[in-house]
Amino acid sequence: MYEKDGEKYFIVDSHMHYWTAGPDNWVPGAEQYAKGWIECFHAYQSLGPKETHWPIEKFMSYTEDDLMKDVFEDGHVDVAVFQPTYLKEWYTEGFNTTERNAALGEKHPGKFIANTRFDPRDGDVGLTELRRNVERYGSKGVKLYTAEWNNGSRGYKLSDPAAYRYLEAAQNLGIKNVHVHKGPTIWPLDKDAFDVSDVDHAATDFPELNFIVEHVGLPRIEDFCFMATQEPNVYAGLSVAIGGLMHARPKFFAKVMGELLFWVGEDKMTFGSDYGIWEPKWQIEGFVDWDYPSDEFSDYPRLGTAGKKKILGLNAARLYDIKVPDECQLPAEAGTPAAQDDAQLVTGA
Amino acid sequence: MTSSTTHAPASPAGFAPAGLASAVYAALATVRDPELDEPITTLGFVASCTVSPEGQAQVRLRLPTYFCAPNFAFLMVADAYDAVAGVPGVAAVEVMLDDHFASDAINAGVAARAGFAASFDGEATDELDDLRATFLRKAVLAGTDLVCRPLVAAGCTPAELAALTLGSVPPSPELTRLLQRRADLGLRADDAAALLIDPATGAPVGADAVPLHLRRAGLTRTGIEANTSICSGMLRARYPDPS
Repeated sequence: MYEKDGEKYFIVDSHMHYWTAGPDNWVPGAEQYAKGWIECFHAYQSLGPKETHWPIEKFMSYTEDDLMKDVFEDGHVDVAVFQPTYLKEWYTEGFNTTERNAALGEKHPGKFIANTRFDPRDGDVGLTELRRNVERYGSKGVKLYTAEWNNGSRGYKLSDPAAYRYLEAAQNLGIKNVHVHKGPTIWPLDKDAFDVSDVDHAATDFPELNFIVEHVGLPRIEDFCFMATQEPNVYAGLSVAIGGLMHARPKFFAKVMGELLFWVGEDKMTFGSDYGIWEPKWQIEGFVDWDYPSDEFSDYPRLGTAGKKKILGLNAARLYDIKVPDECQLPAEAGTPAAQDDAQLVTGA
Repeated sequence: MTSSTTHAPASPAGFAPAGLASAVYAALATVRDPELDEPITTLGFVASCTVSPEGQAQVRLRLPTYFCAPNFAFLMVADAYDAVAGVPGVAAVEVMLDDHFASDAINAGVAARAGFAASFDGEATDELDDLRATFLRKAVLAGTDLVCRPLVAAGCTPAELAALTLGSVPPSPELTRLLQRRADLGLRADDAAALLIDPATGAPVGADAVPLHLRRAGLTRTGIEANTSICSGMLRARYPDPS
């Protein structure tokens, strides 16, 4: 919990990691990809405040103690959602597997939610693994990384028949939340890999599932926002938006927040630190203090304390059925959804 | 110019025929990142640019990350090749992309003038014309926001904006840029053409649709600017320049 000016914020970090990416975990023959990947992540960290930067050695292999201190002890987080990323073509043990996350979670009851993942290109074997993970770890969410390399394939789309088969299976197993991360190398390479129209199709065809588009669809914020206004079950995951812009480019952060508040609305935005890329502490403290920097942004919706409480924790708590202490709940009159109504968007904008 | 890391053209150093190095650099400045709609020179993507006394131009490009999308990377390398090859006095061109997971395929493909599909055999079926057009349409939308914002601030109503022609908009660098992008897409860019059009079809935007059109234009500009912010930060982290 974070407290500021007498207001209590229940914090759910809905997108974070516990990876192992040192050279001892690099697949022989694929070292350049494993190295390139973690160096790219490390460069993202440089967009946060200087005093929160880590040396690459720590960045590759931060420990359980680092994580518990940065996320919970110093970082104000009440509940953190592990989002696995496998990348087994590059990392021998996987980059950040369900098992590795869950093993840490089991040592700290009540602190973590262990999401799992699937890859529709894995056929029946993958379906069996998905079922086993859901049964063993109680996963209510999956993280899908559509650009993962898999046996010569450079990615998949959520609208592929194989992906629909997996989404059906996941729904039948009790999965509620699908976190989607669009990536850069999806096949075929002549198309825009970041295009979000496949999420649009899947969200329409699976209305019982929630689709949380991580990194607010970056680098296709415009396509994402326009799609999200039309799909009631599509959410904006703020990881990278806050970490990558709030400190480094405050003016552009304000514009991005303004657009998200207008098109998506504060009821459908969720905070995620993307730890270990960025520590949650500065992101949460900065976000609670945040406002538009000038009058230049007057045609965007305002964001008040209630909206910040929703984004930092209450929205994700609702998605994951997390019990929120009474002292952190919104007063009844603040609970009115502030999201823009579609008709208003189209006629009165 | 002989420096290996500077972005701005240094004064001709005497290696190449007078003015040729500057002309090559100026040609590179016409090459844009299709996604960010900015010249590769101002984005810092030109790591080095040298021209030998015999007119052999060597250009090295660099990108913000190892995993930047290979299709955009290919377009920039190929466009740089074409731009430099078109400079009078250039006898031979080599453009190399450094530090990218697909460097080998891109560099070999561009050097052989093989096209994208052949360079990524089995992973791509088409050339990149559609992709380029998709991002030009975004650039037209973002440029529409730049041109319209001062007009709206001056009190222009949706109906008035819908009736405006390109020739009735006061000249500005933003307008010039918008006209260029529209021409690149094959859309009308003459004085009598409507200012507000659907960039996919070229059809004028009706007064009722103007508010949403402008919101979309502003959103598109925000998206491109946010990407440019992140890309420039990532490039700086990857290649901290001593300057």
